[in-house]
Amino acid sequence: MSYTIFRTFQLHPFLLYPTSILKLQNRFFHSTTIKATQSQQTQTQTKHSTSTQSKKLNNLPKDYEPIIGIETHVQLSTNTKAFCNCPYNYGSFPNTSICPVCMGLPGALPVLNSKVIEFAVKLGLALNCELAFDSKFDRKQYFYPDLPKGYQISQFDVPIASSGFLDVDIPLEYGGGHKRFGITRVHMEEDAGKLLHTENGNYSQVDLNRAGVPLLEIVSEPDMRNGIEAAEYAAELQRLVRYLGVSNGNMQEGSLRCDVNVSVRPIGQSKFGTKVEVKNLNSFASMSRAIDFEIARQVQLHSQGQADQIVQETRSWEEGSQRTITMRKKEGLADYRYFPEPDLPSVILYQEYVDGIKNSLPELPEGKRRRYEKMGLGMQDVLFLANDKNIAEFFDATLAKGADAKLVANWIMSDIAGFMKNEKLTINDIKLTPEELAELIASIKDGTISGKIGKEILFELLAEGGSVKEIIEKKDLVQITDPVEIEKMVDKAIADNPKQVEQYRGGKTKLQGFFAGQVMKASKGKANPGLLNKILLEKLNS
Amino acid sequence: MKMLSTLQTPRSTLSRFSLPSSTITTQAILTHPQPTTAPPSQILTLRHSLLTNTLSATDLIQSHLTRIRLTEPHLRSFLHLPSDQSLLDQAHDLDRRIAAGEEVGPLAGVLVAVKDNICTADMPSTGGSRILDGYRPPFDATAVKRVKELGGIVVGKTNMDEFGMGSTTEASAFQVTANPWDVSRVPGGSSGGSAAAVSARQCVVSLGSDTGGSVRQPASFCGVVGLKPTYGRVSRFGLMAYASSLDAIGCFGSSVADAGILLHAIAGHDRFDATSSKQEVPNFLSHFDSASSLESKPLKGLRIGLIRETIEDGVDAGVVSAIRDAASHFEALGCSVSEVSLPSFSLGLPAYYVLALSESSSNLSRYDGIRYGNQVYAEELNSLYGESRAKGLGSEVKMRILMGTYALSAGYYDAYYKRAQQVRTIIRNSFKEALDQYDILISPAAPSAAYKIGEKKNDPLAMYAGDIMTVNVNLAGLPALVLPCGFIENGPTGLPVGLQMIGAAFNEGELLRVGHIFEQTLENCRFVPPIVADSVE
Ligand SMILES: [Zn+2]
Repeated sequence: MSYTIFRTFQLHPFLLYPTSILKLQNRFFHSTTIKATQSQQTQTQTKHSTSTQSKKLNNLPKDYEPIIGIETHVQLSTNTKAFCNCPYNYGSFPNTSICPVCMGLPGALPVLNSKVIEFAVKLGLALNCELAFDSKFDRKQYFYPDLPKGYQISQFDVPIASSGFLDVDIPLEYGGGHKRFGITRVHMEEDAGKLLHTENGNYSQVDLNRAGVPLLEIVSEPDMRNGIEAAEYAAELQRLVRYLGVSNGNMQEGSLRCDVNVSVRPIGQSKFGTKVEVKNLNSFASMSRAIDFEIARQVQLHSQGQADQIVQETRSWEEGSQRTITMRKKEGLADYRYFPEPDLPSVILYQEYVDGIKNSLPELPEGKRRRYEKMGLGMQDVLFLANDKNIAEFFDATLAKGADAKLVANWIMSDIAGFMKNEKLTINDIKLTPEELAELIASIKDGTISGKIGKEILFELLAEGGSVKEIIEKKDLVQITDPVEIEKMVDKAIADNPKQVEQYRGGKTKLQGFFAGQVMKASKGKANPGLLNKILLEKLNS
Repeated sequence: MKMLSTLQTPRSTLSRFSLPSSTITTQAILTHPQPTTAPPSQILTLRHSLLTNTLSATDLIQSHLTRIRLTEPHLRSFLHLPSDQSLLDQAHDLDRRIAAGEEVGPLAGVLVAVKDNICTADMPSTGGSRILDGYRPPFDATAVKRVKELGGIVVGKTNMDEFGMGSTTEASAFQVTANPWDVSRVPGGSSGGSAAAVSARQCVVSLGSDTGGSVRQPASFCGVVGLKPTYGRVSRFGLMAYASSLDAIGCFGSSVADAGILLHAIAGHDRFDATSSKQEVPNFLSHFDSASSLESKPLKGLRIGLIRETIEDGVDAGVVSAIRDAASHFEALGCSVSEVSLPSFSLGLPAYYVLALSESSSNLSRYDGIRYGNQVYAEELNSLYGESRAKGLGSEVKMRILMGTYALSAGYYDAYYKRAQQVRTIIRNSFKEALDQYDILISPAAPSAAYKIGEKKNDPLAMYAGDIMTVNVNLAGLPALVLPCGFIENGPTGLPVGLQMIGAAFNEGELLRVGHIFEQTLENCRFVPPIVADSVE
């Protein structure tokens, strides 16, 4: 309600507690131009730094075992917030998507958006979890200006899903292999708002657009052992939520946020070392590097006999300096005084409802990968195709039209992917349809057009759309398969180049390519290459 | 009837105020002289007068404004009164619509007072707290919205103990309301303003809220009918939360019928309150028998259980005797009345305080000075919170927040909150068993009649103990109707005593039907306080 006065509260951000969070958030709001260049640098750094990183890891003393667990917050892409009817759109003008409920006005009450449960059940099932058929919401209580009610509606002792796992294929360049990571729990909760600080730092303002947006928090078992595994776990989670359509999984917008817990312990020790929480991980690459840095830091302290300097704290990943720095030390355990949320009835699931969702689940990335693998595709192709739900669907739709899997994979991985990359388009933006790709492949296979012409047609289809048949007809691209016609052209090429004929017959057989090229040129690329070569050889060798 | 013995005294002292209604200003309201002492439905009488053009809405508002001018300085029932003009505008509009033959809602022209913790878009809503001084909500509570949609006219926001935390209105940040029967006494609380306003005829009916007895105890103290509906019967949307699992919006009226009509208006499912029930709302009044058609034993076969624990030591003798007389009256009406023991009854009070304070410590966290309400400037965030809340919240509220926070703290949760929840289950079950055996359970609504302002102010434990009669009902989520049943000798004219009738969940209809018969057959007993008569003289 726009007429509720939204005031600022005056205070100095550097005096706010916890200080460093605010400094970080402040930085986050710096101009986008700086951010863009920074992230480009980061990307280029990523490629070599990961390889040097793994080398660095290999150099680490082998007597320590890193333990990594991840808490992920996934923002759900429901039409409205978790407990009110406000829509949420990332980047909206502050406080334009708020109402008495998400502002925590006196007398306002939360009413659960049933989509939140549906999405939670979907993800719980996809993560192979056990579902709680009778769960509830709880209040997690603390004071902060971005938390309008003074408590966050969350789930405490009975999460909606627990005890699951996530299967991940590690890319070949990182050693390959299949890994299974345990999922401790998945629970539903609401997001908080955001603090904005004025330029001069005199006061702060609260933007409640994000307050009340539904989140799923996914807590992993401490099953990862290095940065790559952690990043692959997070990437697979991102794929999963995108496949399920429960979130856009966008890390930059904060729709997917990962906090990692890192500890190391001497090999053979059963007790975990002191764990450190690392935040501010805005990409999978920074996640991987932050973890490897943190492992190295802790191992070093251990090996120098300074393990006591590893304290329970939250550290922040600094992209610029490529290291983690202390954000805040934990002063004992915070007491959130959880208790059951009395404004919301308990969440009761019925078997029928769960079965309905189970039956409507799409094929998940892991399922696709195993299926593609069985088709005989190489792991690189498998990972590429299954990585993006839309590409996988495009691939599957093309196969459904009878095209050969390996051929389709080749087309998608090479020319189509290249085109999308150059034009900065997604598979949904290109004009080529799976039907036409199948048609194109079929036309090459049955000899109607040559592979070379096929490529030309592909680029036209990608950019302009249309059908293979139309383009072939319109441009008169049908392959010349009449031996008589090809013979004529071969004869002409031989007649026009007596010098080269002589050289060829003198032993320079490589010149066959030259003659083939001449004929191709003359036929505008339409001559059937097999036939052409056969006739050419006969003529040259006669 | 046997009970008349206790009623003799008050009746005689009351006689000078039991004037024929035509001499009371409320000719507007009580159009016809009443042959019996039974309270008529002001709402139905008024409706008849408006629709038969024997009274205009404008006249009604004029006499209301006169009454407010005369009574309000003595009572201080209201924290906010709308401008005379805004009320007159609504009256003109209603008169025009009646003259034009338009359909008017069932609450057309009914003057409704609203407790200040129930949000109103066009009036301030402070919950009796300094921290919300001047706060105007951007929306109407669902109950208020429904009242307005049915034609009701909101005549003001009534005083209350801050956020409902108190039993006297003394914990209001702004003023103490006086009891219309004796202005040196408290009206009860926390809905003291709403009860006093109905009692003094400053409105026809009013909305209150009842977390542990905040409608029923002031109804008893002020001699009016107070109805606490089943938990979930009325939407809590727009009610500033005290203890969410116990809070209920309730109704005050000068008759059972009026309380029933108001409940009917506000009850029913609301998509903005996930705890509001989808139970059907019956037309409560359609089951009412008119006084003239009553047989000699109209309640024959009804089983009534008098809760033994509520008439034992610690309860005022006059109150006990009034309740025993009420029991006799039920017997005279044909009921079977026996005493029933609820062994868990005494556990209710500690369990209630643990749960209510735990929830309130959380519910009141939103009053942090950040988004609305009073903010104290500070250099540092924690000071901003601390100072804003220190200055904005009263001592009773702070004490309750501290206790609730303690009860929810790690290490104490199991011993307090969890244990209290277990007790709650026991209480709920014991009420269920008793209500399988009896149709209605009865008890006093409070262990005493209204006490003096200041009397218990510095003795919170004594004040908390006063809630013993009512808190169990909230823990069990049941409906309860309080109606005046007699007097004790005290104050200038005697002080009213309220009878509490507890029914099965969602069976408000039966409570209202039985209450109506009880009220209609209670002879020679008028619950109109002296100030009503004084204000006209
Ligand atoms: Zn909202």
